[in-house]
Amino acid sequence: MVTALFFYMFAALLLISALMVISLRNPVHSALFLILAFFNGAGLFLLAGAEFLAMSLIIVYVGAVLVLFLFVVMMLDIDFSELRAGMATYLPTGLFIGLVLIAELAMIFGAWITSPDALKLRGAPAPNDITNTEALGRIIYTKYVYFFEMAGMILLVAMIGAIVLSLHHRPDVRRQKPAEQSARRREESFTLVDVKPGEGI
Amino acid sequence: MWDTLIWLLIVALKSVVLLVVLLVALAFLIYIDRKIWAAVQIRRGPNVVGPFGLLQSFADLLKFVLKEVVIPDGSNKVVYIVAPLVTTILALSTWAVIPVADGWAVANINVGILYILAISSLEVYGIIMGGWASNSKYPFMAALRSAAQMVSYEVSIGFVIITVLLVAGTLNLTEIVTAQGTGLGTWLGLPNSFLDWYWLPLFPMFIIFFISALAETNRPPFDMVEAESELVAGHMVEYSSTPYLLFMLGEYVAITLMCAMTTILFLGGWLPPLDIPPLNWIPGVIWFVLKMLAVFFMFSLVKAFVPRYRYDQLMRLGWKVFLPISLFYVAAVSGVLVYFNLAP
Repeated sequence: MVTALFFYMFAALLLISALMVISLRNPVHSALFLILAFFNGAGLFLLAGAEFLAMSLIIVYVGAVLVLFLFVVMMLDIDFSELRAGMATYLPTGLFIGLVLIAELAMIFGAWITSPDALKLRGAPAPNDITNTEALGRIIYTKYVYFFEMAGMILLVAMIGAIVLSLHHRPDVRRQKPAEQSARRREESFTLVDVKPGEGI
Repeated sequence: MWDTLIWLLIVALKSVVLLVVLLVALAFLIYIDRKIWAAVQIRRGPNVVGPFGLLQSFADLLKFVLKEVVIPDGSNKVVYIVAPLVTTILALSTWAVIPVADGWAVANINVGILYILAISSLEVYGIIMGGWASNSKYPFMAALRSAAQMVSYEVSIGFVIITVLLVAGTLNLTEIVTAQGTGLGTWLGLPNSFLDWYWLPLFPMFIIFFISALAETNRPPFDMVEAESELVAGHMVEYSSTPYLLFMLGEYVAITLMCAMTTILFLGGWLPPLDIPPLNWIPGVIWFVLKMLAVFFMFSLVKAFVPRYRYDQLMRLGWKVFLPISLFYVAAVSGVLVYFNLAP
């Protein structure tokens, strides 16, 4: 009973905040509603018994990705009328991508419902005697270790790519040299001068 | 149905008790903080309200609450009001999983440490939202600084926590503490003692965690967010009255949380330092509080006598010193655990 109540609460809030993300005019408000949406998604994961996924969703997306997102959105000076003007040209592309996503989701759920292999998995999503985190760790690092490593490599390549694209050396910038700063001694930068009165240095 | 309701009521009662104890303790912690700060600078500190100034925090509370709430005209009003609430609520909600003694946690969940990592990584939102919604230059600069600072130090805190998890073999905070009952001290012939706790085998990580905790909670010497000489009062410039109080409250609750985390991860939680009669008669909660106070004393001392870092030094320390060291330790600790077959 309580579970169902919480499910409908999380689901309704998730849908409302997702709607707000795409309908609000101020992009910062959109980003804040996106955070709320992620929270409710994490709540749904918790209800499904996937506590590790719920926590990693919050740590990775809300704690790191969206902070940077908000950081960028706040610094941008966005012309809202210009943003809305592009709506008509981008609408067909957006609709197409949405349709592809719906079709893929339908295929996945269709297979999940009809396939005989999935029936076994649905019966026991996780072994009873070990925790969720441990179960995930066992399967990721044994059966799917190559996929996991491959995903890691792809992320690493993407990260290096982003750094390479955005890195440009500017010769006119004076940089901090911490080693030199720490190695500075009193004798090198400081002299005591005995100044006679009325003479100056 | 009734069972669920009664269970909910008990959880709510526990939470209220924890909240009240925490807030009253916090009032005295702030007093202790100011007294230590004053003692280092050879001042008297608060000494007017109540005996020895003990009631100073309560006088401050009254003053904050009775003042007028000023909402700047150009601010984004909803976000402006929500920001301090976010700070305080998030900071308080982490305390739900902290076990102050064996079994004394409101929620003893399996992923307790991930929960704390998740919620404390969200504390930056209070600052960002407050800084942005104020629609003023200094708060906004503070918001940008804090976003970079807190995200940077979270990385090394995450790695430190991973090493502790590797040694303890569990994500449950209660089990992490009980796992510290046996270890190096047992091997050296002093079982169930302070040598068993993780501060010794994971020593550099203990220091890194402590310093990262300072940076994560915006304590001096890393209080770049509210550096008075540069940013007036950082993200709190435009705030007054109760919203300001909530910001301060959230900050101090986050500090107590970090003290509690240091106690749990490295100082053996509620375990007595030696397992001999006069010491192990004392209830666990007293040991927990004593250890927390010891860590808080360190926090106060650092605030009193370390000058503020420069921002680029802060970033360098986070990314070029702590990150490589903690990353190396994750690899080294897991290597040692596998090679000597010590992994739990």
